[in-house]
Amino acid sequence: MTIETAVAPILVAPPMVRRRFWRRHPTIFAGAAILAVMILVALLAPWLGTIDPTQLSPIRRLRPPSETYWFGTDLLGRDVYSRTLYGGRISLFVGFTVATLALAAGLFLGLVTGFIRVVDGILMRVMDGLMAIPAILLAIALVSLTQASVQNVIIAITIAEIPRVTRLVRSVVLTLREQPFVEAAYATGTRLPVILVRHILPNTLAPLIVQGTYICAAAIIAESILSFIGAGTPPTVPTWGNIIAEGRSYFQVAPHIIFFPALFLSLTVLGVNLLGDGLRDLLDPRLASRH
Amino acid sequence: MITFILRRLVAAVPVLAVVTILVFSLLYFAPGDPATIIGGDLATPEEIARIRSVLGLDQPFHVRLAIFLGQLLTGDLGTSIFSNLPVTHLIAQRIEPTLALATVTILFSIAVAIPLGTLSAWKAEALIDRLVMVVSVLGFSIPVFVLGYGLIWLFAIKLQWLPVQGYTPLSQGVGPWLANLVLPTLSLSTVYIALIARITRASLLEVLAQDYVRTAKAKGLGDRKVLGHALGNAAVPIATIVGIGIALLIGGVVVTETVFAIPGLGRLLVDAILRRDYPIIQGVILLFAAVYVLINLMIDISYAVFDPRIRY
Amino acid sequence: MTLSRRTVLKGSAAALATGFTLNGRAPAIAQAANRTLKFIPHANLSSIDPIGTTGYVVRNHGYMVYDTLYSFDSQFKPKPQMAEGHEVSTDGKTYTIRLREGLKFHDGEPVRSRDVVASLKRWAARDGFGQTVMALTDEMPVIDDRTFQFRLKEPFPLLIEALGKPSSPVPFIMPERIAQTDPATPIKEAIGSGPFRFLANEWVPGSRAAYARFEGYVPRNEPIDGHAGGKVVHLDRVEWVIIPDPATATAALQRGEVDWYEQPQGDLLPVLEQSRDITITSFDPIGTVVLLRFNHLHPPFDNPKVRQAVLAAASQNDYMTAMVGNPKLFRECKSFFPCGTPMSTGAGGEAMIANLDKAKAMLRDSGYKGEKVVIISPTDLAYLHTLGLVTEDLLKRLGMNVELVATDWGTVLARRASQEAPDKGGWNIFHTTAVGVEFMSPTSHLALRGHGRAAWPGWPTNPTIEKLRQDSLKSGSLDEQRAIAAQMEREAFTAAPYVPIGQYQLPTAMRRNITGLIAASAPFVWNIRKA
Repeated sequence: MTIETAVAPILVAPPMVRRRFWRRHPTIFAGAAILAVMILVALLAPWLGTIDPTQLSPIRRLRPPSETYWFGTDLLGRDVYSRTLYGGRISLFVGFTVATLALAAGLFLGLVTGFIRVVDGILMRVMDGLMAIPAILLAIALVSLTQASVQNVIIAITIAEIPRVTRLVRSVVLTLREQPFVEAAYATGTRLPVILVRHILPNTLAPLIVQGTYICAAAIIAESILSFIGAGTPPTVPTWGNIIAEGRSYFQVAPHIIFFPALFLSLTVLGVNLLGDGLRDLLDPRLASRH
Repeated sequence: MITFILRRLVAAVPVLAVVTILVFSLLYFAPGDPATIIGGDLATPEEIARIRSVLGLDQPFHVRLAIFLGQLLTGDLGTSIFSNLPVTHLIAQRIEPTLALATVTILFSIAVAIPLGTLSAWKAEALIDRLVMVVSVLGFSIPVFVLGYGLIWLFAIKLQWLPVQGYTPLSQGVGPWLANLVLPTLSLSTVYIALIARITRASLLEVLAQDYVRTAKAKGLGDRKVLGHALGNAAVPIATIVGIGIALLIGGVVVTETVFAIPGLGRLLVDAILRRDYPIIQGVILLFAAVYVLINLMIDISYAVFDPRIRY
Repeated sequence: MTLSRRTVLKGSAAALATGFTLNGRAPAIAQAANRTLKFIPHANLSSIDPIGTTGYVVRNHGYMVYDTLYSFDSQFKPKPQMAEGHEVSTDGKTYTIRLREGLKFHDGEPVRSRDVVASLKRWAARDGFGQTVMALTDEMPVIDDRTFQFRLKEPFPLLIEALGKPSSPVPFIMPERIAQTDPATPIKEAIGSGPFRFLANEWVPGSRAAYARFEGYVPRNEPIDGHAGGKVVHLDRVEWVIIPDPATATAALQRGEVDWYEQPQGDLLPVLEQSRDITITSFDPIGTVVLLRFNHLHPPFDNPKVRQAVLAAASQNDYMTAMVGNPKLFRECKSFFPCGTPMSTGAGGEAMIANLDKAKAMLRDSGYKGEKVVIISPTDLAYLHTLGLVTEDLLKRLGMNVELVATDWGTVLARRASQEAPDKGGWNIFHTTAVGVEFMSPTSHLALRGHGRAAWPGWPTNPTIEKLRQDSLKSGSLDEQRAIAAQMEREAFTAAPYVPIGQYQLPTAMRRNITGLIAASAPFVWNIRKA
């Protein structure tokens, strides 16, 4: 996973740097902290006082938050607290999986198109074709024309995201390959794989991380939009998105149904983005070279 | 440059052909069938089979594709399975609201985001930068429809300032037109403001860190001039994101149109997808694709304008 | 955009009347707003063929544009509407029907007998009751422009009832040239002889539809009574505003941007009730019935004892609370005919004990071998999906092996038609709702029929019920019909072709300045006034 590999160098940094780390990079610290809490809460859901998130209780529907139902109950009398915690598992999984898959595929395709001109023409036309269909519409079409499942939602959002990553990587490569240090490497007979690893990859990393956090966040939100349109994960699998989508009609009578999952969702997206912003500042090789 | 533009224009044709065949195959191989929906709850299998044959849905792949392409070449996008109206007519009815919402949103977003992003980059690490980034990221983190309901609740129900839903054509006056667009634009633009501001900041920081900018600064070039210079050089990624933003916008419009009951193309398409009204799905996606290809083409050209180092 | 100056003025006048102040217009135009009704229908008007498409929204559109020969009064008795009256020959085999004078279509042409015959033929090709009529009909000769006959093979006392059928598809009368369209091909023009003209150039499917009062409509002299009586119009124009999102639609009514919201969500009623300007009422006295359908072709529900166990376990109250919520809006109805209609006897209804323990024992004794039960459920129709979730939960507690397959409604309909085994693309259980009038008569009650693989999906085989249905076709008096209905119900509670899981009233919400709502199975706009 890109974000994890990016974090690795920080962990082996000298002790002195580590001590002042949170002061120098408060955004990374805040983002990582929020994200860590969310991941922990999702993983530990069964031990945090939850009940079966799919258990119906028609007579206890639309109850406001109380001692028994911390976040209240939804339109079918299910416990919103349990649904929100369990929903986090799926939502986070969707976000991370889509980001990883889209970055990997996009990086590969972007490098190929950026360096191999023959492939560039063909592949970019196909990418243009895919990209020509707005991402969320492509995802809606893919999910609603096949079948609503977590797997299909992930595949659909990933496919819709790949062309954007490819295009970004390609545009970075296009700029880089005219740079003196790359031209010099070429001139001295360095082989392409070496150029890729030594010069191109480090330089694509920063924009990719910004893009990766954006995709992770966008995927979590895209999942909620799919649910909103009625083409999301099946309601038996709670996600933040479909809890909000199911409860949205009740925003005037039972705002708690959307408030809590929306809060978790927004906090998580905020955390991911803060982390990405911070990492971008930290990892940019040219920014770093100033010090 | 002109040969480059011409070459890209010609290259757009196969892209659209790819989109056409992709969408057609997706619809052909997807399960589900408009005939069962037309037949309704009480239809017998024989009735459904008859509807299917009347609609030509029982024809094999190549026959249906050939019919579709034949129609397309004469500028005919077919007829809606449900309403029996020509798809071109349905699109024409709905193009104005979508165009209005998209244009107003993108202009508003650019006008707010680029100054914000620039400010943020220039004051990097300062309090104002942190503030701008956190606020922009917050806007980025709330699903459009949640924000939309929040805005309806506050501005339409509680304060009674603005209408809840609908669209008033521009021909009925700028006032009513804008009144209907304010809330949808606000909920839709938050994401794009955040997106463009972030990219503006990120690209500016990158440019500002480069040697020639530091040289320029060292030589005593004024802040404003340096910033102007830097913005020019950061234009490629900003243009990319604005371009991508427009495609995203078309997608985001779907949600906004649903929340605010705006009769635009996004809702036409989503309704058609959920009902499997094949001719509408094909027609609208092709239209979006054509618009998108055009915008992409313009961005590619703008790369060459902004950054003379890129040549094809 | 094809908007006439007139609509433009009206649009802004309506905006003015609702407190929208950004554009100033002369108050004189506000008068026009009182003659325009803005209505949020329960669904998008995606088709205009009320015969080819059975959706209720298209039926409601049909009632605006078309008229019928006969229509039911509030006691469910057919009364002449376009017909002046009819004569029955002494052998009961010839019906001579005469049309009222002065009936006109919206294109200015008079309504002639041949238009009526062509319309009835197209309707009969798509309607179950209509097919029964045609099977018993030798010919339908046109006598003159205002007179035609039904010549029957044998007496059929229910003929007039069939011609006044209020449920979808309704036998609407349209011009011959349109009625000659193949029943499977949607018609392209909405020309009727009803009280409103369809403004085709203002139709934006998925967003709006508009109707103008038809000046040439001559209402009957009798007072309005259910679907029957004179349709007197007090409006110039009706606009259907399609708002699929319930939260937005609710807000639009709260702000007075629309006058009438046909089907507000039950749970949002408290919000609307808070407003002094909004009345919540109901127009359909019968309401909608809800059912859980078994597939009789495959295990485990090919075994009547397993069906009986589920019937005994189901609690109508649980289902209806989950689906409808507000207890004022639903009632338990242990009958296969809608409670409150003449045929509903409730005979045998005591089989629905709603007792899980007894049901468990019944299941144990039934020979159920743990076969998987596939419930197909549409996620895009939340109210139906709720039923799927409740059944999944119920069957699990009953000790059955359950799989809930959640897809969209289109896929559910397609899969529902498959007679294959559940693991080969078939199914075991689905849920649906039907407007009560669909299930009012032993003859037209589709879900009770037991003619095996030719029956409505679920395909029960039940010769007893089929025999009783044949009897009902020939029975004349109401008492005779009721006796047959009681026997049918008793048989149905034993054979369990489906489980009736309740009946609910759809609430409707309107601004307080709207008056004159008629109790009928569709939202009629005649008799409505806007103050």
